[in-house]
Amino acid sequence: MSFITRGFGGRSRDRDERLPPGQTLVHDFPVLSAGPTPEVDTADWAFTIHTETGVDHRWTWDDLMALPIEDVSTDIHCVTHWSKLGTSWRGIALDTLFADVETGYDYTMAHSYGGYTTNVPLDDLLDGKAWVAFEFDGEPLPAEHGGPARLIVPHLYFWKSAKWVRGLDMIERDEPGFWEQNGYHLRGDPWKEERYW
Amino acid sequence: MIARPRSAWHVATVVSTRPETPGSARIDLDVAGWPGNEAGQHLDVRLTAPDGYTATRSYSIASSGGSTRVVLAVDRVPDGEVSPFLVDELRVGDRVEVHGPLGGFFVWRPDPITAGAPSPGHRRDPDPSAAPRPVQLVGGGSGVVPLFAMASAHAAARDATPFRLLYSVRSPSDLFFADELAALATGDPEQPGALRVDLVYTRRAPDGDPRPVGRITRERLEATVLPAGAAPRVFVCGSTGFVEAVASWLLELGHRAQDIRTERFGGT
Repeated sequence: MSFITRGFGGRSRDRDERLPPGQTLVHDFPVLSAGPTPEVDTADWAFTIHTETGVDHRWTWDDLMALPIEDVSTDIHCVTHWSKLGTSWRGIALDTLFADVETGYDYTMAHSYGGYTTNVPLDDLLDGKAWVAFEFDGEPLPAEHGGPARLIVPHLYFWKSAKWVRGLDMIERDEPGFWEQNGYHLRGDPWKEERYW
Repeated sequence: MIARPRSAWHVATVVSTRPETPGSARIDLDVAGWPGNEAGQHLDVRLTAPDGYTATRSYSIASSGGSTRVVLAVDRVPDGEVSPFLVDELRVGDRVEVHGPLGGFFVWRPDPITAGAPSPGHRRDPDPSAAPRPVQLVGGGSGVVPLFAMASAHAAARDATPFRLLYSVRSPSDLFFADELAALATGDPEQPGALRVDLVYTRRAPDGDPRPVGRITRERLEATVLPAGAAPRVFVCGSTGFVEAVASWLLELGHRAQDIRTERFGGT
């Protein structure tokens, strides 16, 4: 039903093919959070994967740093219509964290310090698609961007990349997390513009 | 989960547009098929160029309720692509596409018990856990837009919940909704629907204004907002720097993180 807006020319004629539909390139790094920024000390930080067997796989900050660290260069896409290309992160692949995890469930709920949640299918976290990241652009990840560590799942809209992440619960069926309960799409593929339900 | 109208694309026709401040416009839209929206929600505006190029941006809605009339107040972002068009070029009768209503968290709903309008045949037992709680709004610049929607909804519902707005703005000429806020704040503060407005001028205050000019400080915030002991729900909207500062001070002042809802715009 799209129609031409009278008088609108637009500016960005050299549209970058790395930009999904409806996205605009930004060079800064906007912050979007539903509440105050939690302050989490790495001394108190831990990351836990909880499975249906009741087994917890838990890493302290030092445990995490002892794992193989990967450099990640990726584009990120926020549902509020901005994208940032070629961002640099360092973190631990979810493949590494899941190496010894036995589960029959296909879905996860990510939990964050501060209470944020978001649901991500396990398939979207494995095979080099997701990391627990603690550095951005060569610096420790700032708290307003999710430091000390956040999930990054860059092939989905960035609200799936839970800031201040503290763990994943394996769940049997896909359930909506925080923004998903507040009108946002259950999966959030930017190339399909899965923004809202 | 609270049922709400599913968001969708709609055609919006400009009913009126006029300068709100030197850097912004108030745009009244009539949106065919709009299901209504709650106070604090936002929408996406999509513009399409003759060659099919599109640009989409999100804007807070300054109005609420079941009407198809939707009010936006858009700040002109220097070097922006969409906002200068909306502020300077849009004319009455023009059509744009909008998608919404969006967002179910940064919203305020009138209290069904204390709101003045009676609801026949429907009585809720008083539930202490659902007791009305005062509301503190904190806005910086154009961040006041969704907060104005909340204050208007509160007044329209004659809701008895105490409401207070702290509004940080550059100068008197930069005030959004200056007349409306003044009108909301003139009533008897004890009456349902009343609003108390506290202004912080960051660059220039009105002549003779005794209050200090400058960015809000923790001390000023503490002296102006409802205390943590009153357990207010707090809505904070503004630039990232403003929201980060205010929200962290609120935590230091004893407000609970789960009572503070934030919305940020702009880059870092």
